Amino acid sequence: MFPTFVLNIAAAMNNFIAARSQMALSLGFHIVFSCIGMVMPFFMAVAHFYWLKTRNPVYRNITKAWSKGVAIFFATGAVSGTVLSFELGLLWPNFMKHAGPIFGMPFSLEGTAFFIEAIALGFFLYGWERFNPWFHWFTGLVVGISGIVSGILVVAANSWMNSPAGFDYVNGQYLNIDPMKAMFNNAWFQQALHMSIAAFAATGFAVAGVHALMIVRRKNPKFHYTAFRIAIVFAAVAAILQPLSGDISAKNVARRQPAKLAAMEAHFKTEKFAPLIIGGIPDTATRTVNYAIKLPGMLSLMTWDDFSAEVKGLDQVPKQDQPPVAITHYAFQVMVALGMLMAALSLTYFIALIWKRKWFGKSWFLKLFVLATPVGFIAVEAGWTVTEVGRQPWIIQGVMRTADAVTPMPGIAYSFYLFTAVYFSLSLIVVFLLYRQIKMVPVMYDVGS
Amino acid sequence: MLYVVITYLWLALLLYLLLGGADFGAGIIELFTTEPNRPQTRRISYQAIGPVWEANHMWLIIAIVILFVGFPGIYSTMSIHLHIPLAIMLLGIIARGTAFAFRSYDAVHDNMQKVYNRIFVYSSFVTPLFLGIIAGSAVSGRIDTHTDNYLSAYIFSWLNTFSVAIGLFTVSLCGFIAAIYLIGEAKSDDERRRFVRKARQMNIGAVISGALVFIFAAADHIPLADWVFGNPVGITAVILAAVSLVILWLMIRRGRARTLRLLAGFQITMILLTVTYKHYPNIVILKNGYLSLLTDRGDDKTIQALGLALLIGSIFILPALVYLVYSFQKRDVQEP
Ligand code: HDD
Ligand code: HEM
Ligand code: HEM
Repeated sequence: MFPTFVLNIAAAMNNFIAARSQMALSLGFHIVFSCIGMVMPFFMAVAHFYWLKTRNPVYRNITKAWSKGVAIFFATGAVSGTVLSFELGLLWPNFMKHAGPIFGMPFSLEGTAFFIEAIALGFFLYGWERFNPWFHWFTGLVVGISGIVSGILVVAANSWMNSPAGFDYVNGQYLNIDPMKAMFNNAWFQQALHMSIAAFAATGFAVAGVHALMIVRRKNPKFHYTAFRIAIVFAAVAAILQPLSGDISAKNVARRQPAKLAAMEAHFKTEKFAPLIIGGIPDTATRTVNYAIKLPGMLSLMTWDDFSAEVKGLDQVPKQDQPPVAITHYAFQVMVALGMLMAALSLTYFIALIWKRKWFGKSWFLKLFVLATPVGFIAVEAGWTVTEVGRQPWIIQGVMRTADAVTPMPGIAYSFYLFTAVYFSLSLIVVFLLYRQIKMVPVMYDVGS
Repeated sequence: MLYVVITYLWLALLLYLLLGGADFGAGIIELFTTEPNRPQTRRISYQAIGPVWEANHMWLIIAIVILFVGFPGIYSTMSIHLHIPLAIMLLGIIARGTAFAFRSYDAVHDNMQKVYNRIFVYSSFVTPLFLGIIAGSAVSGRIDTHTDNYLSAYIFSWLNTFSVAIGLFTVSLCGFIAAIYLIGEAKSDDERRRFVRKARQMNIGAVISGALVFIFAAADHIPLADWVFGNPVGITAVILAAVSLVILWLMIRRGRARTLRLLAGFQITMILLTVTYKHYPNIVILKNGYLSLLTDRGDDKTIQALGLALLIGSIFILPALVYLVYSFQKRDVQEP
C-alpha cells in the first residue's frame, strides 16, 4: 500500500505544486534555525554577563554549553539560508526578474547584517580567554543584534509580497521603482514586530522545556535550573506580548488583504456585526462552517474597533482570487490557540515567581514546561502558513500570480524529493547531536555545581 | 553608481574564489592526503579556517544578492538554465557546511567523525567543481533560451567538456590556494614539506586542466584564446601571473608565509582579470546573444540604493573582518 501511495503522490505532483512544496519546506526548515540564531545569543549574553559579574562557574558552563549547541544551529541556519537565496531564483525566476530590483533593498542591507553576524560569531566562539572579557561578551551581543536586524529585514522583504509598494504597475510593466518605499511598505512593521516576538517565545519555550526535562530527571539540577530560569523569562515576556502584537497584525491584514483575513476566519459572507469564528470545519461548497464557536460581533470589533462594522467576506472576492480556506483557517486556529496557551503558561510562571515559590520544586509545574517545548515552533510554522497560503493565488498580492512565477523547467518534483530527504536527514542529525550535547553536560561541566 | 556595483560584484567573486577557495581547498587537500596523515592535515586546516569559515562564504551571498537585485535578468536566466548544477552546488554547500560544524561540535568523538569527514572531503570537491561548471557555462555560449527541448535547454547548457574542464581547473586552483595558505600554518619542516608537495600536485593539476580548457574551447569554437591573448591587458596579466608563479616556486622552501600567500592571491586575481576583462560587460554569453551588465540591469534608483548599501556595509564590515583575521592569525586556535 505504501509504495502505491507514494507513486500516486509522485504522479499527482505537478511542477507548480512541487515548487511550492519545496519553497515551503526550505523556509519552514530555515525559520527554526534562524529563530534560534536570533534569540540564543541574547540568552548567552545574559548567562555570560552573570559569569563575568559573579564568577559563579555555573554561568560560564551554561554559556559554553549553549554556545556549542548554537554553533551547530548557526551552521545549519547559514547553509539553509544560502540555499534560499538561490532557490528564490531556481523556483520563481519570473518573480525574481521583476521583484528583485523592487524588494531587493532589505536583502542588500541584510548582506551587511549577516556579515557582521558571521564575524562576531567567529570572535565569540573562538575568543574565550583571548580577549578582554567584556569585548568578548560584547561580540556575543553583536551576534544577537545583527541576527534580529537580519530577521527584520527579510521579513520586510516578505511583507512587500503581502503589501506591494514602491512601484507603479502599468500594462504589465513595473515603473517608477522606489526601493525605500518598497521596504517600508504597509505591512513591514506589523510583521517584523510579530516575528521578532515569536522568535523569542518559540526559542524560549523550547530551551526552557529541554532544561525542565533535565531537572525532572534530576540530571545536574543546578545547571539546568539556572538555564531554565534565563530562558523562561524571555519566553514568558514574549508570549504575553504576542497576542497583543497578533491583534495589531490582524487589523493590518484586514486592511491590506481582506481575502486573507476572510480565509483565516472562514468568513464567507460579508456582514455587519461579523462573528469571530473559533475552530470548526469550513465547507467551501456550502459556504458554511460547521461545529464552530461563534462570538457575535467580535470579528468586527477586533478588526475595526466597532461591533457594527462591516467585514468583507469571501463572497466579495472573485473565485479565482480566493486563497485555500481550510488550510488558512486551521493554521490560524492552531497559532492562536497555542498563543493563548503560551500566554497562560507564562502567567502561571510569573504567579509562581511572585507568590508561589514552592511550585518551582514541584514536578507537575516543570512538566507543564516540558510539554510546551515544541509549542512555540509549531505556532511559528502555523503562522507562516497563514501568511503564505493566505496570500495565494498571488505571489505579489494583486500583481503577479504564483502560477505565472514558477520556473519553466520540468521535473521539480524530483528536486523536491531530494531536498526533502536532505532536510529530513539533517533534522535527524541535529536532534541527535543536541541529544549528545545534553548527555555530555555532566561530564564536561560538572565542576563544582 | 553602476560601476561601484559592478566593482563590488567582481570583488565579491574574487574574494569568494580566494577565501572560499582556500576553504574548499583545505577539504580537497584532505581528500588527496593519505590516511595516516589526514588527522594532522585536518587539525592544521581546522585551526586555519575555524573562526573565519562562515565569513568566507558570505562573499557568495553578497555576489548573489548583487545579481538578483541589480541584474535580475542575468540571475533569472542562469537560474532557469543552470538549475541542475546550481542545485547540486547547493547540496554541496549544505553537506559541507554542516559536516564541518558537526565534526567540530559533536560532543562525543566516535565513529560518526568518519562519516562527517567523508562527507566533508567529498563535498569540498564537488562544490567548487560545480561552481566552475556554472562559471564555464555562463560564458560557453551553450545556454539556449529559445528551445523547448529538455536536453538542450537544461542539460547541455552545462554538461559539456568545456564547462567540466573549467570545473576541474577551479578545483585545482582551490587546492593550490589552500596548500600555499597552509604552508604558513605548518608547525614543522615535515608538515611544510608535505604542503609544498601538495601545492606542486595542485599546480600540475591546474596546468593540465587549464590546457584541457583551451583544447575544448577551441573544439567548441569558444574564442577563449582571443579573450586571453587578444588584448594588452590579458597578455600583461598572464605574463605577470606567470612571473609571480616562478618567483613563488623559487621561494617556496624558505619564503615567508605572507609573501607566498600574496603571490598566490595575485595569480588568482590576474587569472580572474584575464578571463573577465575582454568580454566585459557581457558576462553571460548565450547561444544567440549576450546578457550585459550595462543593459540587463535594474532601474537607476535600484542601482543607486544597492551601491549605497554596499558602500555603507563595507564601512562596517571591512575593519571588523580585518581585525578578525588579524586576531586569529598568530595565535593557536583551541578546539572550542
Ligand atoms: C510563537 C509563535 C506565534 C504565536 C504564539 C502567535 N503568532 Fe501570529 N504569527 C507568527 C507566530 C505566532 C509568525 C510565524 O511569526 C507569523 C507569520 C508571519 C509573521 O509575520 O508572523 C504570524 C502571523 C500572524 C498573522 C498574519 C500576519 C500577516 O499575514 O501579515 C496574524 C493575523 C497573527 N499572526 C495573529 C496572531 C494572534 C491574534 C495571536 C494570538 C495569540 C498570534 N498570532 C500568536
Ligand atoms: C521562514 C518563514 C517562512 C515560511 C515558513 C514560509 C512558508 C511558505 C509556504 C508554506 C509557502 C507555500 C505557499 C503555498 O504554496 O500555498 C511559501 C511560499 C513562498 N514564500 Fe514563504 N514562508 C516564509 C517566509 C518567507 C520570506 C521571508 C520570503 C521572501 C522574502 C518568502 C517567499 C516565498 C515565496 C517567493 C514563495 C513562493 C510563492 C508562493 O507560494 O506565493 N517566504 N512560503
Ligand atoms: C521569516 C523568514 C526569515 C527569517 C526570520 C530569517 C532570519 C535569519 C537569521 C536570523 C539568520 C542568521 C542566523 C543563523 O545563521 O542561524 C539567517 C540566516 C540566513 N538567511 Fe534567513 N531568515 C528568513 C528567511 C530567509 C529567506 C527567505 C532568505 C533568502 C532569500 C534567507 C537567507 C538567509 C541567508 C543567506 C542566511 C545565512 C547568513 C549567515 O551565514 O549568517 N533567509 N536568517
